[in-house]
Amino acid sequence: MTRQMTGAKMVVQALKDQGVDTVFGYPGGAVLPIYDEIFQQNDIRHILVRHEQGAVHAAEGYARSTGKVGVALVTSGPGATNAVTGLTDALLDSIPILVLTGQVPTFMIGSDAFQEADTVGITRPCTKHNWLAKDTDTLAETLHQAFHVAQSGRPGPVLVDIPKDVQFANGTYTAPEKSDTSIYAPETKGDITAINELVEALEKAERPVFYTGGGVINSGPKASKLLRELVDATGIPITSTLMGLGAYPASGENWLGMLGMHGLYEANMAMHDCDLMINIGARFDDRITGLISAFSPGSKKVHIDIDPSSINKVIPADIPIVGDVESVLTDILKVWKARGRTVNREAIAKWQSQISDWRKVECLKYVQEGKTIKPQYALERLEALTKDHDRYITTEVGQHQMWAAQYLGFEDPNRWMTSGGLGTMGYGTPASIGAQVAHPDSLVINVAGEASWLMNMQEMGTAVQFRLPVKQFILNNERLGMVRQWQELLHGERYSHSWSEALPDFVKLAEAFGAKGILCSDPDDLDDAIMEMINYDGPVIFDCLVEKHENCFPMIPSGKPHNEMLLGEASTQGVIQAGGAVMV
Amino acid sequence: MAALKIKKGSTSHSAYNLRPNFSDEVETHTLAVLVDNEPGVLARVIGLFSGRGYNIESLTVAEVDHTGHLSRITVVTTGTPQVIEQIKAQLGRIVPVHAVHDLTVEGASVERELALFKVAGTGEKRVEALRLADIFRANAVDSTLESFVFELTGTPSKIDAFADLMRPLGLIEVARTGVAALSRGAE
Repeated sequence: MTRQMTGAKMVVQALKDQGVDTVFGYPGGAVLPIYDEIFQQNDIRHILVRHEQGAVHAAEGYARSTGKVGVALVTSGPGATNAVTGLTDALLDSIPILVLTGQVPTFMIGSDAFQEADTVGITRPCTKHNWLAKDTDTLAETLHQAFHVAQSGRPGPVLVDIPKDVQFANGTYTAPEKSDTSIYAPETKGDITAINELVEALEKAERPVFYTGGGVINSGPKASKLLRELVDATGIPITSTLMGLGAYPASGENWLGMLGMHGLYEANMAMHDCDLMINIGARFDDRITGLISAFSPGSKKVHIDIDPSSINKVIPADIPIVGDVESVLTDILKVWKARGRTVNREAIAKWQSQISDWRKVECLKYVQEGKTIKPQYALERLEALTKDHDRYITTEVGQHQMWAAQYLGFEDPNRWMTSGGLGTMGYGTPASIGAQVAHPDSLVINVAGEASWLMNMQEMGTAVQFRLPVKQFILNNERLGMVRQWQELLHGERYSHSWSEALPDFVKLAEAFGAKGILCSDPDDLDDAIMEMINYDGPVIFDCLVEKHENCFPMIPSGKPHNEMLLGEASTQGVIQAGGAVMV
Repeated sequence: MAALKIKKGSTSHSAYNLRPNFSDEVETHTLAVLVDNEPGVLARVIGLFSGRGYNIESLTVAEVDHTGHLSRITVVTTGTPQVIEQIKAQLGRIVPVHAVHDLTVEGASVERELALFKVAGTGEKRVEALRLADIFRANAVDSTLESFVFELTGTPSKIDAFADLMRPLGLIEVARTGVAALSRGAE
């Protein structure tokens, strides 16, 4: 039976058929027909954001906390251009989202019509793929293909631009199972010869390390389970990128902590000195490698990635395996078990004892004294008081983000949402809203800095309207802390525009939004204040006044290798040379 | 805390410098990219080159299969072997791209380019231009008493050579199509 309906109805029908229960959006002239259809149904919940960037980040938060495709709906022109930052963020972090944009009617395209923008042209480099739907008869198939592309292979953002006349016109609806998804079919099974080679190397390795990333999370919960099985059966230490936290539990005995620029000393040293590096779903980002020419010089490198363009992009792989993490890990375990579950236990024990020595450096040590809250202390207390909750954490970008990654422990995948690749300040608040919508009864906390938080603070209105009890935990140092830190280290302590002289009163701001505000400045009050935040049934802005000049350590300065980390203030003098200063 | 003392030897050299698989020498490769003939597909391909800082030496594009809606983009690019591998992988990632062939490494191939040359002159120079055109098997496709338009098909280097010869003889304008290329043999 063919089903005739308007393009606008098709959009809603396609979303339903794809199992979408929530859309984050903002109406406008070019999407009014779709909003009219949304009004006339109850299957899909629409969350009205306060800015289109918020809609896209909320869709990201929803996607990352559920593993499903997040959906945002915005109008043409400014609605679409406001979505660009979120799309780029999702592209760099490989997050599956679908953004639907309205467009001026087809017969007005190119005439500089009101709220016209070349949306497909503008978003071409910041989407995995995008479409201009020019015909109502093919609209439904395009939408189903968009879902398929967003979540297949390496996930990413897709966009469908729908002119207003296409929304009004009648056409034939195509069901998901009737849609041609063969247009995109990435390889997911790893080459078995390479997997055998990897297992042989793993059996002999004396100083092996797993280096895992967001690809494990994206592959699904089964991938994390298989990873845990492999790591615990082999006893091989494991570190992870910022994006991959939670795939292996922070309480696991082989856990080294995060690696990279602000990663743990023991993790970076293990990466530098290992003889076998098994990269699973990570991409040798510059925050990870440090100085490339001195990156882990003595190791054989295995690179497992679903995207062939990640292989050999930065670091040449000795054993490249293109495939989905879940599928490849299944095969690795099968081969390794069949060959007798061998590892070089004696050498690995020695390696573990070397790692224990590195741990003794206690690279996350800090001193909490006096009446000022150290940001690290605030996060340690937050961790202690919330870790037993059903908890989701989002962050903004900067020092607080790195401290959150260092001091909070993640036991499961999909619990940690942060802007890794793009480093988008203003990500955390809308992302926390997206996560809370998906998990209404869970504790969702956005660990923020006051500067980042102000970038999308309008979304508190969304939280209040939809009764989303998100907790905005702001580490307020009245500074752009990470900028200030780099100015201290690299620019002769000339603090050019890295502080705010006119911050709002966050408690009054919370009250103005209809939320609860909590101010805390004394370490002795911190626990009670955090408990008050957790126990309040509604959105909270927590203004935690912290030490203003705290730097984030440990740190690999730009242009340095892993084994030249800075561990504290005394080691920072003159360490970054001209070559490193040009890097970001 | 003082800077850490690290064992010597671990950073004194990079293992990558020892690896022979990727040289730093810049190579020229001809890529054939089979794409869906749909709006914006060329923009995706050239946007990839400009966005990631790759070179385009020449580019040709036209529909080659009307019923299958397929177009063939032939792009001549330069880069180190690592960059060439990246270009191919990045092209392969574009959703409407069906196949990427590196004609430079996938066996022998033929490359041809078509060019039009406008040469103006009289007397001995005009005679010499016509004589050279004959040697190069270029056809005169337009003629006035003071000018010729020559059509020449060949490899890019043959077209370069002909342009060099025509320059002192009154070359006014050149139009080149860019390279079209196919692998040799039955495959």
